Amino acid sequence: MRIVCPFCGERELGEFTYLGDAKPQRPAADAGEDAVYDYVYLRDNIAGPMSEHWYHGGGCRAWLKVTRNTLTHEISAVEPAAGAGAAKVGV
Amino acid sequence: MRGDQANRLNYGGLIDRSTALNFRFDGKTLFGFKGDTLASALVANGVKLVGRSFKYHRPRGILTAGSEEPNALVELRSGARREPNTKATTAELYEGLEAASQNRWPSLNFDVMSVNQLFAPIFVAGFYYKTFMWPAKFWEAIYEPAIRRAAGLGRAAQVSDPDHYDKAWAHCDVVIAGSGPAGLAAALAAARCGARVILCEEDFVLGGRLFADGGMIDGLPAAEWVARAVAELTAMPDVRIMTRTTLFGVYDGGTYGAIERVNDHLPVPPEHQVRQRLWRIVAKRCVVAAGAIERPIVFADNDTPGVMMASAMRSYINRYAATPARRIALFTNNEDGWRTAETAIAAGLQVAAVIDARPDISPAHRSLASKSGFPVLHGAVAGINGGKGGVRKISVSLAGGARAEVEADGLAVSGGWNPAVGLTSYHRGRPKWRDDIAAFVPDGAPPGMVAAGAANGAFGLGACLREGFEAGAAAARDAGHSGNIGSMPVADDEAFSITPLWHVAGKGKAFVDQQHDVTASDVELAQREGFQSVEHLKRYTTLGMATDQGKTSNVAGLAIMAAVSGKSIPETGTTIYRPPYVPVAIGAFAGHHRDENFHATRLTPSHHWAAEQGAVFVDTGLWKRAQWYPRAGEKDWLESVTREVKAVRGGVGFCDVSTLGKIDVHGPDAGTFLDRVYINAFSSLAVGKARYGLMLREDGIVYDDGTTSRLAEDHYFLTTTTAKAGLVMQHLEFCRQVLFPELDVQLTSVSDQWAQFSIAGPKTRDLLKEIVDPAEDLSNEGFPFMGAREVGLRGGIKARLFRISFSGEMAFEISVPARYGEAMARNLMIAGKPFGITPYGTEALGVMRIEKGHVAGPELNGTTTAGDLGLGKMMSTKKDFIGRVMAGREALVAPNRQVVVGIKPTDKARRLRSGAHIIPKGETPGPGNDQGYVTSVCFSPVLDQWIGLGLVERGRERIGEIVRAHDPLRGEDYDVELCNSVFYDPDGGRQRG
Repeated sequence: MRIVCPFCGERELGEFTYLGDAKPQRPAADAGEDAVYDYVYLRDNIAGPMSEHWYHGGGCRAWLKVTRNTLTHEISAVEPAAGAGAAKVGV
Repeated sequence: MRGDQANRLNYGGLIDRSTALNFRFDGKTLFGFKGDTLASALVANGVKLVGRSFKYHRPRGILTAGSEEPNALVELRSGARREPNTKATTAELYEGLEAASQNRWPSLNFDVMSVNQLFAPIFVAGFYYKTFMWPAKFWEAIYEPAIRRAAGLGRAAQVSDPDHYDKAWAHCDVVIAGSGPAGLAAALAAARCGARVILCEEDFVLGGRLFADGGMIDGLPAAEWVARAVAELTAMPDVRIMTRTTLFGVYDGGTYGAIERVNDHLPVPPEHQVRQRLWRIVAKRCVVAAGAIERPIVFADNDTPGVMMASAMRSYINRYAATPARRIALFTNNEDGWRTAETAIAAGLQVAAVIDARPDISPAHRSLASKSGFPVLHGAVAGINGGKGGVRKISVSLAGGARAEVEADGLAVSGGWNPAVGLTSYHRGRPKWRDDIAAFVPDGAPPGMVAAGAANGAFGLGACLREGFEAGAAAARDAGHSGNIGSMPVADDEAFSITPLWHVAGKGKAFVDQQHDVTASDVELAQREGFQSVEHLKRYTTLGMATDQGKTSNVAGLAIMAAVSGKSIPETGTTIYRPPYVPVAIGAFAGHHRDENFHATRLTPSHHWAAEQGAVFVDTGLWKRAQWYPRAGEKDWLESVTREVKAVRGGVGFCDVSTLGKIDVHGPDAGTFLDRVYINAFSSLAVGKARYGLMLREDGIVYDDGTTSRLAEDHYFLTTTTAKAGLVMQHLEFCRQVLFPELDVQLTSVSDQWAQFSIAGPKTRDLLKEIVDPAEDLSNEGFPFMGAREVGLRGGIKARLFRISFSGEMAFEISVPARYGEAMARNLMIAGKPFGITPYGTEALGVMRIEKGHVAGPELNGTTTAGDLGLGKMMSTKKDFIGRVMAGREALVAPNRQVVVGIKPTDKARRLRSGAHIIPKGETPGPGNDQGYVTSVCFSPVLDQWIGLGLVERGRERIGEIVRAHDPLRGEDYDVELCNSVFYDPDGGRQRG
């Protein structure tokens, strides 16, 4: 499998580490135990396009949001995580 | 010298008659020529019997001339290079080649186990499942060893492979599998367009079947056209031609696996060269021009030596000028088989008869028969009269019901052609059935791949060239190239007609899968016993599960299954196709990653100095760390380690701790960021101070620990454990980029940039004064416990100095740029000499941390909470942090959790062992009263006895209680006392002093 890193270009699977479903959002500090439990443990078992977190540890160390079809491994989109990339000078 | 080679023609073929090669088969010296395979050289020498079969030990000969060969498997080479199950049909001949036949004892001609044939009625499908059921314990002791001796293939070398293997990447626009007419035409078209092309050919010559089957292309004889095409391709800079290379698999994203047999054609690889190379080829497009495989017809005794595929016979005669027989009979159900009769006549061989299963044959063939004086029999081969000496007589059942006999010493068989649909089907593709050619053809392919020519069911030469050329041009276009494509090579298309015939009923064993000895009646039995699905058929009979993956047998097997179950062949379907297309040595997948190169090795900055000192190293992850420094006269590691500990506690010692993960955290929000990833606060840490920090996973379990120092308002220096260095970096980047992108903070891994040493012991400050710039104040006031700041060293180097202690002694850790690490170790030895400085390794480090009650890897084991480690009070209640909410779950704060506690045997002379289970006194050990276990142990020089840490239920409430340490693994059971985990200097006076 090959992933097009927005910073490095197309790279081989071995440079990346898979984390999992990118959909769950970390709850606010006061969201309560049930919300955190869902965030930590509950995952959909998606057959089809799925938004996933991948880490380009063998390259630029960016966390990426990769849309991958779990049935075909086809990758339709790769976006950097919100805080990935170089320092935001002057922002 | 050219030897006898009685079956060698004096003309023709792609062999070099001026280079005779001497080789040995089963100890007998024979000769062949350069350009031969082992199989063709055996054919030339009239060797018909080359092996015994897997189950019945039946005599077997050579069936094919390619990588689909089921029978002619040999042990190639000897000693450490002995390679079992090598196909004689693909092994190139070289001077001095040694090969031995397999699965026979004591000799190929006289094989004791061929008595198995007499018991053939019980060696049916499912035989093992049915026969060796009881008693169960007999299986390992008796049945399996006996079966393994009787059955099986070649013997592995049993010693380490002396050769090297390599792995490499290649990138191109178009990769082409196969260099027959379709592959060469595809390469020409793609390359002329300007595409970067890789052409993979598993054979050692380019041209595919053109050398066996001939033909005219663009008005030239096929061999001349091949030479011209190869010359054109070779001259193009962006074409890479890889012979001896099989494209064996297709993977996601246009990645292809190929195995290059770089030096298999030589006795021993030249110095500094690899034996094989595993390629990962990344290509935008792939053209599969892998051709087709001729399939046998299943009839009684069809495994007799001398029965050969018709196409293989043409290969031996035309390409290798070697004649498999003198008087050849041909059994065909299709037009193409007749070419073997034509070839045999052209080579001056006799054709005994053509047995054609079709009702009609062409006038041209009929006139060939009458001109050459051989009969054409309409019917089928019903049996063979022959044996290990080969075919003698062929019995034929004629279409009208009559019988006939044909005398011949060789039988060519053609049951039609199966396109090589492996590569196109590897992504769970299912090929589709085509009635007109009675074969499965690709039905689509993985993205970017297309089949052309015979691999796509186009068997005519003209069609192969046309499909290959068009596929090559399309592939180049899709890859963004549109150069001048030139003219398409042109040839006539031969007529192809086939009347499917899979199995001729008759007396005697009729083999479907010759490598696994699966017969037609095994397939029928499977059907009767309910194993009708092809996937069940495969596993029940082992059809197609041998090293040839059923290339010559799968389709016949499922066709017979279809017939007996009353279904059509497409209804019956095929099994799933899986890579690799040919066997690939595990060594090639490993490449150079074996022995000491199994993984990368990381050396600490002081490694070479430590090696000079005679340090014993231990592998910790990728690192080599000094474990202890033995001295002359010390009888074991314990004596060395005890000396090191005493030297530190009584004077001063140092240890390279550069393996710790080190991360610079910069930015105005660095403190806030650390507050969120650690359970304790860091935004409140004063500049110039260090603090121990603990990280949790989001599920509330401890993840990692380490000290983090604030070097400036917006700059922290964070350390991790050695084991988790990379993972913590990944985790922190996740927190920074994904969870908290609003924070202005940057992380830089500096693990490799800083050499870090722990300097510990009461004389540490005296030693440091010799190293550090005299202007730096190292007094307790000027540099208090948990102080951290940059200092100058004598000589002007800047260092980071941290007053932290893992040993419990007065201690500092000092960081210098990694390039000064070795010099630092040497200087510490010189400067420390007056103070008796002693280098210490990870064992002494471990002893002192256990004496001090510090937790480490065995306690931070992925099941413990901060509370379990006695660090629950560190959890801030004033802020959110990773793991905060889940850490509060009921079970994670339950009062009966197993928590860290000190453990020491009541008998001071007894050795404590980690892993021992803690059982209450007076109870019978068992899972119901298992209260925990010993995690870390050491011999404590301070206490002069073995001590340890353990995770014990309610441990901290039970200080002073005597419990049992139960160790069934070592057969030990003894009393231990639960005690305070801080054995040494519990009030911390020494480290603050």
